[in-house]
Amino acid sequence: FTKRKLDQATLEELEDALIQADLGVETTGRIIQAVSAGRYDKEIEPEEVKSILAGEVAKVLKPVEVPFNFGTQKPFVVLVVGVNGAGKTTTIGKLGAIAAREGHSVVLAACDTFRAAAIEQLTVWGTRIGAKVISRPTGADAAGLAFDAMKEAKADGADILFIDTAGRLQNKANLMAELDKVVRVIKKQDETAPHAVLLVLDATTGQNAISQADVFTKVAGVTGLIMTKLDGTARGGILVAIAERFKLPIHAVGVGEQIEDLQPFDAEAFSRAIAGLAE
Amino acid sequence: MFDTLQERLSGILDKLTGRGALSEADVDTAMREVRRALLEADVALDVVRGFIDKVKERAVGAEVVKSVTPGQMVVKIVHDAMVEILGSEGSALNLRASPPVPILMVGLQGSGKTTTTAKIAKRLQEREKRKVLMASLDTRRPAAQEQLAILGTQTGVETLPIIKGQTPIEIAKRAMSEARRGGFDVVMLDTAGRLHIDEELLAEAAAVRDIAKPNETLLVADALTGQDAVNLAKSFDEKIGITGIVLTRIDGDGRGGAALSMRGVTGKPIKLMGTGEKLDGLEDFHPQRIAGRILGM
Ligand SMILES: Nc1nc2c(ncn2[C@@H]2O[C@H](COP(=O)(O)OP(=O)(O)OP(=O)(O)O)[C@@H](O)[C@H]2O)c(=O)[nH]1
Ligand SMILES: Nc1nc2c(ncn2[C@@H]2O[C@H](COP(=O)(O)OP(=O)(O)OP(=O)(O)O)[C@@H](O)[C@H]2O)c(=O)[nH]1
Ligand SMILES: [K+]
Ligand SMILES: [Mg+2]
Ligand SMILES: [Mg+2]
Repeated sequence: FTKRKLDQATLEELEDALIQADLGVETTGRIIQAVSAGRYDKEIEPEEVKSILAGEVAKVLKPVEVPFNFGTQKPFVVLVVGVNGAGKTTTIGKLGAIAAREGHSVVLAACDTFRAAAIEQLTVWGTRIGAKVISRPTGADAAGLAFDAMKEAKADGADILFIDTAGRLQNKANLMAELDKVVRVIKKQDETAPHAVLLVLDATTGQNAISQADVFTKVAGVTGLIMTKLDGTARGGILVAIAERFKLPIHAVGVGEQIEDLQPFDAEAFSRAIAGLAE
Repeated sequence: MFDTLQERLSGILDKLTGRGALSEADVDTAMREVRRALLEADVALDVVRGFIDKVKERAVGAEVVKSVTPGQMVVKIVHDAMVEILGSEGSALNLRASPPVPILMVGLQGSGKTTTTAKIAKRLQEREKRKVLMASLDTRRPAAQEQLAILGTQTGVETLPIIKGQTPIEIAKRAMSEARRGGFDVVMLDTAGRLHIDEELLAEAAAVRDIAKPNETLLVADALTGQDAVNLAKSFDEKIGITGIVLTRIDGDGRGGAALSMRGVTGKPIKLMGTGEKLDGLEDFHPQRIAGRILGM
């Protein structure tokens, strides 16, 4: 490698990479500043520059790299929320499979009572992982179903209850109110529940994901994030901006549509991908 | 959360009063803010660059008239250039062909293809009195075919009966022959979501295209998409050949920069917008509205 000065041109190249990974203008600015601090005009190898960049991104992400663990509450209630099509139902299937493999008895509640065939979709996943699926006909009240599902899971002595919800955009007050009601109804049965509230974010989403994290946390008390669709070319850099701002734990990433396509979040690998370093 | 571009530019430019034309230095300052605003609205970096060059050329030397401030002037130039790229209103679906006219729906996972298929079918059937058949070629996602069947019942649009075990190619052939036999005007072919880098599935979609010979191949994409919009639009266009774009989730509060990215990189028109989960949530594309939204106006 030929050494090269960490000059303005190099910094601009790094900046472009971060912008194209969806870190956003502000977060990109801060990271680039951190990269250049004390190193400006020094001779550095190109690969080293990328490592430094990855290192600065990892500094933000490492503190929020938190493995997802099922707790001992019975049932341990996991509420899954997010905008339309993000990957909620699929992620429940994948997580449920892990839970079942660990020997837990799993129950799924189909609280997406709106979307066509949402129940059938969850039912297919239930069959795949050997979990009971609690549902009501399409159009039923989601909160009412959540209430019944809590009861039924308790009566069954289930270890883990996953509650699937309909996709909703965070700027829709009526749908967010419905979600708020789902949470309240769950608490009525067990004030410590839901024990985990997972917000599913789509890696292809741009800056709007910040507001998704913000509003879903306010309404539903998000406890952690899962980012899907990282098997594409989107880098999901918005997670860096979200980590800076909200410090929400990041648990796992989706890397495909199949049951095994869920991996623990690895801050370092994620940061290296953002910096354009081969794995 | 965002200052509007108008406010930012006013802050910078409106101090420079008492001059007739915008100087290169003024415009350079303004363009830094424009760049930032576009990136915050998720316009892809490469598209931003080309756009800024174009706008800069127009703005330097532009006469600032008495009735407006230099800030308003620049915003107008930016806005007009954006509307130009986004294209004119009402590029309707092209149904000029002997029936049955096939429409192929493609896109990434979860972008809204199945819902949009039903929305378009409903609109064609109700407003234009076309007899529409919908077929799901999604043999991969759990309950995808059932989803379209239910939407068919909800909209009163016929769906091709589900035969488990058939491949997408077989379903496409069956849809076309059933449409011919049944005297349908339009056949909507909904496909499984696929990544724009999944060569195998892109080849499968191309094979379906070769069988159905669609009049329209619509890329269904999420209005909340970030910088990846250029990659996905380019790939779908190169590998399958799209005739237009449908932008879904316009009812969200995303800034919609993906519209400019995808239009900029493919040159293909944005034909329709999805404005809700409900089946009447479909509108014609309004370039003015999207331009305004990207600029935070
Ligand atoms: N490539 C890829 N596709 C995924 C991933 N996770 C989910 N998907 C796909 O994304 C699409 C949407 O997933 P769903 O699980 O139905 O999403 P959802 O959030 O439940 O959607 P709604 O309930 O309609 O809001 C499906 O086609 C999934 O197979 C992932 O990690 N990678
Ligand atoms: N708010 C809103 N939601 C939409 C819109 N279009 C589709 N959706 C929702 O987005 C989610 C995914 O829609 P689908 O039609 O299943 O998407 P798809 O592209 O067919 O998904 P796959 O087949 O899994 O790839 C569902 O929850 C839809 O209700 C829209 O314009 N606005
Ligand atoms: K999406
Ligand atoms: Mg779902
Ligand atoms: Mg579909």
